[in-house]
Amino acid sequence: MAAGPQGKQTLTGWAMASPAFLLMLLFLITPFFLAFGLSLTNQRLISPNPAEYVGARNFENLLGLSFFVLEPERDDAGEVIRDEAGAPEYPRLRTFTRNNPDYPNIDGMREWMSIGWTDDSRLVLLASDVVFMKALANTILFVIVVAPMQAGIALLLALLINQKLRGITVFRVIYFMPVVVSIVVVAFLWRFIYDGQNGLLNSMLGFLSFGAFQPVDWLGNPNTALPSIMAMSIWQGVGFHMIIWLAGLQTIPVSLYEAADIEGANRWQKFRYITWPGLRNTAVLVLVIITMQCFALFAQIDVMTRGGPVDSTQTLVFQAVQRGYERQDIAGGSAISVLLFVFVLAISLVQRWLTRDKD
Amino acid sequence: MTLNGALKVSLSVLALSAVGVAAQAQTPLSLWYHGAGNPVEREVLIGLIDDFNTSQSDWVIELAEFPQASYNESVVAAGLAGNLPDIVDVDGPIMPNWAWAGYLQPLDLPEGTTDGFLPGTLGYWNGELYTVGLWDAAVAVLARRSVLEEHGIRIPSLEEPWDLEEFDAALTTLQASGDFDYPFDVGMAWTGEWYPYAFGPFLQSFGGDILDASVPTAEGVLNGDAGLDFGDWWQSLFDRDMVPGVSQDAADRETGFVDGNYAMQWNGNWAVLTALEAFGDDLLILPAPDFGNGSTIGAASWQFGVSSTSEHPDGANQFIEFMLQDEYMAAFSDALGLIPATASAAAISQYYSQGGPLEVFYGLSEAQARLRAVTPGYLVAALEFEKAMSDIASGADVADTLDAATDAINDDLERNNNYQ
Repeated sequence: MAAGPQGKQTLTGWAMASPAFLLMLLFLITPFFLAFGLSLTNQRLISPNPAEYVGARNFENLLGLSFFVLEPERDDAGEVIRDEAGAPEYPRLRTFTRNNPDYPNIDGMREWMSIGWTDDSRLVLLASDVVFMKALANTILFVIVVAPMQAGIALLLALLINQKLRGITVFRVIYFMPVVVSIVVVAFLWRFIYDGQNGLLNSMLGFLSFGAFQPVDWLGNPNTALPSIMAMSIWQGVGFHMIIWLAGLQTIPVSLYEAADIEGANRWQKFRYITWPGLRNTAVLVLVIITMQCFALFAQIDVMTRGGPVDSTQTLVFQAVQRGYERQDIAGGSAISVLLFVFVLAISLVQRWLTRDKD
Repeated sequence: MTLNGALKVSLSVLALSAVGVAAQAQTPLSLWYHGAGNPVEREVLIGLIDDFNTSQSDWVIELAEFPQASYNESVVAAGLAGNLPDIVDVDGPIMPNWAWAGYLQPLDLPEGTTDGFLPGTLGYWNGELYTVGLWDAAVAVLARRSVLEEHGIRIPSLEEPWDLEEFDAALTTLQASGDFDYPFDVGMAWTGEWYPYAFGPFLQSFGGDILDASVPTAEGVLNGDAGLDFGDWWQSLFDRDMVPGVSQDAADRETGFVDGNYAMQWNGNWAVLTALEAFGDDLLILPAPDFGNGSTIGAASWQFGVSSTSEHPDGANQFIEFMLQDEYMAAFSDALGLIPATASAAAISQYYSQGGPLEVFYGLSEAQARLRAVTPGYLVAALEFEKAMSDIASGADVADTLDAATDAINDDLERNNNYQ
């Protein structure tokens, strides 16, 4: 390195960055390589037996997928046996997937989903780890729903509170409040709100509909549990992103709006041609942050549903923690972490590519 | 509960200032306990520790308390970091896992110390005594005499418990009366070890089990015909709205029976005192229904053992021996409603003495208690069973769910060489 002023500056830069860099090395980079290494073994959390190298077996167990065509039951004449409603009857899938020497390739696999196929037969998608697959699907669904909604609502709120009105600070504080409260506390409170019998939400909906509304067991019903957690998460996180949007809004020079006013632009035109282009970098930042936060979904699940009911709220991070610590399967938990890293990396790269400067 | 719970750990290391001065010459021994947050429990334990510290001049016990929800993870983490205390308390069925992992050493108590103890209070693994408890716990059906008599339901006895049909008929009658939100409450709000502890005996009574520890395997045991029958019945409880589902609120669990929202409740002896206060003589403590293979409940509660890394196992053993006195068993029993480990302690306790209001539990524990599968694999098996119970209650296919749990348990056994 040249000993000129430039080189000295670089050196100072590194020196100043070194504490942060050291911490990242210790608590982010080292654990990542450890996780990668452990995912190739059968490491247990506690065990008198030494860990052994098992190759990609943990990943195969997680990602194994297979198709199976399930033929309906037929009587001796070859006719499909139907129940009273006319629906064809099927043999239990477990007669094929459990200890059946004729189908070694699907041994131990379970049904993930199935669709109608030709002539009353059904095409079944089998997975060797259905819980992981559901966790993966739930996490992706969570990202797809929450990221745009949270970003959109946050932008709307930011536009609302970016006006010079008396007492606007009060609203800023109100919207930002949920962010300050710990997510664990918020999740506990929302559990009471979602209570199936006398929760606040059910009482409110019953009151507004003059008693016509039937109480819903929000967190106890597989169809409503994940949407309920999504709604709560959006509410909790929206204030934080609102502040980022607000910061972005306030960097846009007022003179541009004044010029637009003179030109006779309407509100939409001002948003479309001044505000939105001015927020481009902010938008990228908000989107990346929300996506990463969504992939890390854990605390709400742990407090509110613990993955249930019937795996409808399983997520990748929750599964990684559950397997690693509760089920003492560090190798399995590490494998999920490694996969999660790969997904997030891939999505970040795609996002970067989509939002690149197209000049 | 894991990471989260660990974050919430309010580790309260007690300085025990009272003995601080006298402690100069005494060697400290650390003791970890799962009961943080319960002032009554703490008072009894501290009283015991004070007595021990002043009774001899070699050792001084230093207590650290943890919330129960994160206790197991804390000990496991400490073990990994090589920071185990000298004396740990362990939930009975988890003990084999820790013993297998090399966290515990066998106890070295004078011959005859544990004679006459309830079997559920003794933690044996591989023929050695690793842990011993001052109390056992028992589960029973809580009901009210007036309610059962009003609806013409026979009051069962230990000799003649309800069978499946009679129990189901009782639930149907109580539901039809319309007096209650639910005729029965099994406590779905208490996630964790409660599920295998409280619901596993139902499965055993149907003729199945979580796993057969002698082979070991879960195949044909958990998902055999008896298991499927049990699963169908279990699901029907929820389908027919006989019991509150998985989203039951913990507060409803605590107060639902006393408030009259639930006609009957499947509950542990530690929670009976409030019901006893509310209903007095009207309270009935009834044995588990007999689903065909006998009426049974789970045995073993929290017990004490010596860690393998303790530098002073002699002192640790001396402390555990000191604990096992009738007066301390009775003190814990009086404070928390727990079942004293010996008959002589029961005799001097408030609730379990002759004619005491909870005496019936001592009989239940003696007659019905069955140990949960004694194997290091219990830990994972219990978690899988918990998940299966919760999924079936929420409407998952019974056979598929039990198959999945069976596979997960057997995978874990295989990964660990059957815990040999």
